[in-house]
Amino acid sequence: MKIKLTSASYSVRSIKFSFCSNLLAKPRKPSLFLGRGIEIILFFSYFKDLVGREVTVELKNDLAIRGTLHSVDQYLNIKLENTRVVDQDKYPHMLSVRNCFIRGSVVRYVQLPPDGVDIELLHDATRREARGG
Amino acid sequence: MASEEESAVKEPLDLIRLSLDERIYVKLRSERELRGKLHAYDQHLNMILGDVEEVVTTVEIDDETYEEIVRTTKRTVPFLFVRGDGVILVSPPLRTA
Repeated sequence: MKIKLTSASYSVRSIKFSFCSNLLAKPRKPSLFLGRGIEIILFFSYFKDLVGREVTVELKNDLAIRGTLHSVDQYLNIKLENTRVVDQDKYPHMLSVRNCFIRGSVVRYVQLPPDGVDIELLHDATRREARGG
Repeated sequence: MASEEESAVKEPLDLIRLSLDERIYVKLRSERELRGKLHAYDQHLNMILGDVEEVVTTVEIDDETYEEIVRTTKRTVPFLFVRGDGVILVSPPLRTA
């Protein structure tokens, strides 16, 4: 009988708990971010400034795609418009592709326009972020 | 050129901070090396380098003689973003000759 009681009270408690957690379910940052301090988004901001410029994205599989930077996100996923593959003969399977979404993790390099952005601004932003981390 | 920061060098990333706006040597995966001027980096070791020279090293083994032919391919890029997950090490440029 004791066992029965215990199991009943346990299940009641567990229902209560889930009800509470729903009420409190505000979108919360996982503790990983809180541990590091401010969320560091230097390159995300940099690429947002670069939207509209022509860049060449080189992927880890050696494919190089030239296009206009349309958008970027926090994972540095890239959307390119008006794309052309750099070595068309070597990679013919992308001939008809004009717009693409590139997952950030497959990027090896992004070749930037030489007048990309203010270098001093980059240095200052990096020093500030480095000090925070 | 030396920045007057009093912040102590505590973490390895602080050592990289000392090389900001200096030329560095970066070793990447897939037998690639970069030499360039460090403009920006973050904790993932994503970096922006200026005046970059990339060296790709390939080893070809001859079918008949089985000798190893080491080839290096170089190219220069004026301004490059490097994704951090490919970076192995970062160092001041090695003194060659």
